[in-house]
Amino acid sequence: MQKKYLRWVVYLVGLLVLLVASVILSLSVGEMNLGFFDIFSILSQGNDSMEYTILSQIRIPRILLGIAVGGALSLSGILLQGVYRNPLVEPYTLGISGGASLGVAFAIVFGLHQLIGSFVLPLTGFAGAFLIIFLVYTISSRSGRINIQSMLLTGVMVSFIASSSMMLLMATSSSENLHGIVFWIMGSLDEPDMSLIYIILVMALVSLAASYFFVQPLNALRLGEEKAKHLGINTDITIKLLFLMASLLTGVCVAVAGVIGFVGLIIPHLMRLLVGSDYRILLVSSFLSGAIFLVLSDVIARTIISPNELPIGVITGIIGGVVFLLMMSRSSHRTLKNNG
Amino acid sequence: MMNPYILNIQNLCCGYPKFQLSEINIDIPKGSFAGIIGPNGSGKTTLFRAITGTLNLKSGKILLCEKNMLSLSPRQRAQNIAIVSQFSDAGDISVEDYVLMGRIPYHNRFSFFESEVDFQIARKYMEMTDTWRFKDRLMSELSGGEQQLAGIARALTQQPELLLLDEPTSHLDITHQVHILNLLQQLNQELGLSVLMVIHDLNLASEYCDCLILINQGKMHIQGTPEEVLAFQNIEDVYKTVVVTQTNPLSGKPVIFLASQKVLKEIQERHLTL
Repeated sequence: MQKKYLRWVVYLVGLLVLLVASVILSLSVGEMNLGFFDIFSILSQGNDSMEYTILSQIRIPRILLGIAVGGALSLSGILLQGVYRNPLVEPYTLGISGGASLGVAFAIVFGLHQLIGSFVLPLTGFAGAFLIIFLVYTISSRSGRINIQSMLLTGVMVSFIASSSMMLLMATSSSENLHGIVFWIMGSLDEPDMSLIYIILVMALVSLAASYFFVQPLNALRLGEEKAKHLGINTDITIKLLFLMASLLTGVCVAVAGVIGFVGLIIPHLMRLLVGSDYRILLVSSFLSGAIFLVLSDVIARTIISPNELPIGVITGIIGGVVFLLMMSRSSHRTLKNNG
Repeated sequence: MMNPYILNIQNLCCGYPKFQLSEINIDIPKGSFAGIIGPNGSGKTTLFRAITGTLNLKSGKILLCEKNMLSLSPRQRAQNIAIVSQFSDAGDISVEDYVLMGRIPYHNRFSFFESEVDFQIARKYMEMTDTWRFKDRLMSELSGGEQQLAGIARALTQQPELLLLDEPTSHLDITHQVHILNLLQQLNQELGLSVLMVIHDLNLASEYCDCLILINQGKMHIQGTPEEVLAFQNIEDVYKTVVVTQTNPLSGKPVIFLASQKVLKEIQERHLTL
């Protein structure tokens, strides 16, 4: 077997072990600490004890959502960075978070969630995200051919419009609504609806599998659009499909978990440093480490000022930012220049 | 019967709003070592982009081995034409991985791993181009000449019928220029690979190519052997520069000499005084 493939297996096994470890950590710590071996006995007995309820009703749903959202966001990040060949692109650069936030703010300000039910928030969030995706996509593919750079600019501009509109909504809303909006924006893995968690988990895994149909185009795109074409890659279709997939995935995540920043930006970078630029290993390792990162961040968010809980977006932002700066000062400039 | 032409361009017309190529007719026999020459802005690169399929044609046809280029899928095209660009832009990809990318046109969507055959083919051409010894280095760590060699190895790994090169010798010193062109000549003769390159250096073009295409202001000026194309009338017409054409004593190919304005003036004055 090639040395390269052997190395990939090592990365994969290592990340899986880390993921299992962080899941176990997340299961055991919290307001009530549970021993490592107790977890298994509690879960296998499946009785109606308080420990069982805590695990099955609170911790497991959060972990599953953390894995799904963390994995999905960093997968979107790595896909978009691959398509745009730009290290600063992340799932939120294209205005998807702005659109989703606008949708949710709209629902809160007009009291839709009280009128119809709480499931309306993810729905309007997704509608907002979808509207933005649709706008960016149609504006930048008007001429039939997608221009990557103008698409990026369009996304950034649409993002500004969306976030400004949201500020307008916030400025005119009551303080009670304001609190709801701000809290939602900061992001949380607290989602009472278990079926929603399963849906997003399945979507994330399916997207990961689907992204593997594009590893060769992505690998070829490392050389640039024109050279990828020379290698027989239909770059237009690849770029369109990957853009749609990554943004829909992000839209779903934001709609359910709020704006959890930085995962989609730093995890792909970290993985490029660690495993190299080959997308065959990069995609799955980004997914796994995104999941690990979010599960661990959630542990910190709910234990650091226990019994209160910090918004997870705060933790990912602070930890992510610090790690990113450390990484940048340690690595040579090479990685940032040649991210593609 | 074997088709005598590898590339057949008929009445090609294409370009951008402000620059057009028109009435381009080129026939390149199989096994040729052909060069496209012409001044800056004459349309060499545009023609190149038309042949590589990155530019849409307005009218005319490009036949590759008698098959219309437009009827070929991008994959089929990449199996027949390999392109070596001036810069690799490969960044932090190892040389071996970069060369292996030449196998992409032969993979289907589901082949995640290169086969043993892919590795063997890549190795064969890396050894041929003398890039095997630094296969584990990153592309960004290579010198310009080494990058160019890796680019050629990658192109050969595509196992094409036609190799296209965009100014393979620019930015290189004469050692590397001659090294690369000798390599191309060897590939041309030993593998029977047809080569078409855009090249600025008229003397190198003359020395290595058996067929030259001179482009000027978006039009074909002349196609023929170096002796026909590099006649001083053609060069002075197209480049608006006074030149002297002589014969290389070793190869018998035409060589172009330039003279500075001062020298030309002195000659003129000497003529006047005589």
